[in-house]
Amino acid sequence: MTPEGMRAKGTTPGATTMHGATAGTATTTQRATVQGPAARTVATPAGPAAGTGPAASRAGAGPAIRVDGLTKKFGDFTAVDAISFDVRYGEIFGFLGPNGAGKTTTIRMLATLMPPSSGRAVLNGFDVVHQQVKVRESIGLVFQDNSLDDRLSANENLYFHALMYDMPAAEFEPRVREVLSMVDLLDRRHAIVRTFSGGMRRRLEIARGLLHHPAVLFLDEPTVGLDPQTRAAIWEHVKRLRDGFGVTVFMTTHYMDEAENCDRIAIIDHGHIVALGSPEELKASVGEDIMSVGAADPQALAPAIAARYGVEVNQGPDGLRFDVKDGAAFIPRLTADFPGQIRSVSVHRPTLDDVFLQLTGRAIRDEEASGLDQMRMHARAWGGGRR
Amino acid sequence: MNTRRTAKVIYAIWYREQVRFFRDKSRWLGLIIQPLLYLVLVGVGIASSMTFRGAAGGANVSYLTFMYPGIVGMSVLFTAIFSGVGIIWDREFGFLKEVLVAPVPRWAVAIGKSLGIATTVLLQAAILLILAPIAHVQLSVGSALGVLGVCALVGFSLGSLGIAIASRMQSMEGFQFVMNVLVMPMFFLSGALFPLTGLPVWLSALAHIDPLTYGIDALRNVIYVGGQAARVLVQYSIGVDLLVVAALAALLVLLGAWAFQTQP
Repeated sequence: MTPEGMRAKGTTPGATTMHGATAGTATTTQRATVQGPAARTVATPAGPAAGTGPAASRAGAGPAIRVDGLTKKFGDFTAVDAISFDVRYGEIFGFLGPNGAGKTTTIRMLATLMPPSSGRAVLNGFDVVHQQVKVRESIGLVFQDNSLDDRLSANENLYFHALMYDMPAAEFEPRVREVLSMVDLLDRRHAIVRTFSGGMRRRLEIARGLLHHPAVLFLDEPTVGLDPQTRAAIWEHVKRLRDGFGVTVFMTTHYMDEAENCDRIAIIDHGHIVALGSPEELKASVGEDIMSVGAADPQALAPAIAARYGVEVNQGPDGLRFDVKDGAAFIPRLTADFPGQIRSVSVHRPTLDDVFLQLTGRAIRDEEASGLDQMRMHARAWGGGRR
Repeated sequence: MNTRRTAKVIYAIWYREQVRFFRDKSRWLGLIIQPLLYLVLVGVGIASSMTFRGAAGGANVSYLTFMYPGIVGMSVLFTAIFSGVGIIWDREFGFLKEVLVAPVPRWAVAIGKSLGIATTVLLQAAILLILAPIAHVQLSVGSALGVLGVCALVGFSLGSLGIAIASRMQSMEGFQFVMNVLVMPMFFLSGALFPLTGLPVWLSALAHIDPLTYGIDALRNVIYVGGQAARVLVQYSIGVDLLVVAALAALLVLLGAWAFQTQP
């Protein structure tokens, strides 16, 4: 563990960033440390030894993915511009950015489906250009759109996958049971995929991506086009994968709220990584929490709070508003300091939307294309890359 | 990539091809109905309105008898090319991605597909043997086995050709084009519907470069073996036919494997 890693660990007791073997710090600017314990409770990811389930097959002691100056140009257009970052074993690493930012192009390069124009990427210790077969054996890929054969049953799709990845025949049965129960599809094992809902298909794809115990699982927009309930369920599964299998998850998303589930996020815009860190770190870099306090007597309480904490207090329609560093931890103190005078307290935490807005000057929502455009862009990214 | 591993990949692709084929009952029906339509509607229609001069030399061979091997060849052509071009559907519906990201050599995938198509064609040919009595064709066991063998080999070749085409096609739009400029001319020029004797020189020349011509001639050779029809309706000896068909199979499987391996 590097000194920097130690320091970071020391200052972020509740945050999710540091765990276990590697502490490869990304070359991109790593921002602010989190102040105090994080309000959001996150399960600490299972380290290499802590996983209860079968461990993913790892090679080497370096990071799961090391990207160095990776660039992809299409003619004059630079889709990915000299990005560098590390992904650690056992973490959920999110690639967050609007459509067309270069997320899928990056995945394609890391998955050996597209050669980089320049730069280097090493995955599970293998070079994505020179050791393609080794890289492919190390990864599972779940695409944004379907890649199942819907005329086959779930079991037949998995059997096909097992053959293609040279799984020993004796391991097929236990592993199928393992991955299908992980995504709650064991009872649909012999059903034809055509009868599956969108969420079930996505879960089956995730199960298939895990069947050969990859070191790294790529999820390209795993929740796009799914209803909120299914999206939540998919996230549940992804976290179980990390904790149970110790698998490293590299995912892309353009949903800011979903990126919160990642251990670390790289925000990508126009082919550049503009920020990298845990969601808490990124949000802390934007600013402080906004407190809204409902008071019995706002006129009297406002100056009292201002004097006590040295903050600027404004009176809004929903009560008194002021900024503090860690709102959640501040609440008990506030109520203890002003007993009986406070009727309600709410904390608005800066969101990743605020982070993106501050870094790029735009809201990511403005960038969202319609569903159809997304499909088109996606089809282009996957299909039109290698001429 | 060792041999065992490669064999496993070929088996995986072949396995999927068979599962899909056996599951799709409408395809089974289509395999019988299409040749039946040609035999009964086209064959009987032509036979009853025109005199069949193809069997010169006083041989008493009906048009239906002549047409039967051609219809078997046609079915093989359509099934094999469509199955090969079916890769475009896999691309369209996404399954191809699962295949392309797997840590396997792509040429092995192409060969597995060609073998899968050959198997499908073999099953289809077995079904078509049932139609022989309609065409007043009597088959010995040897002839029947010969038909199956030739069909499998031709299906393997044409399936590989379909794979090669599909590997260079990005969308379904090119499909109709392939049908019009490749498949239908191959069918018409192959001698499936009319004998290739006494044709204008240009038409005859085109017929002789049509790979299917040799496949159908091989079928006629094994179906009419020893009989009167054999002497008047076949173009080449069975040896020449098989040599051409086998050489084509070798050439086209290499083409298909290469095209799939290097696809964009």
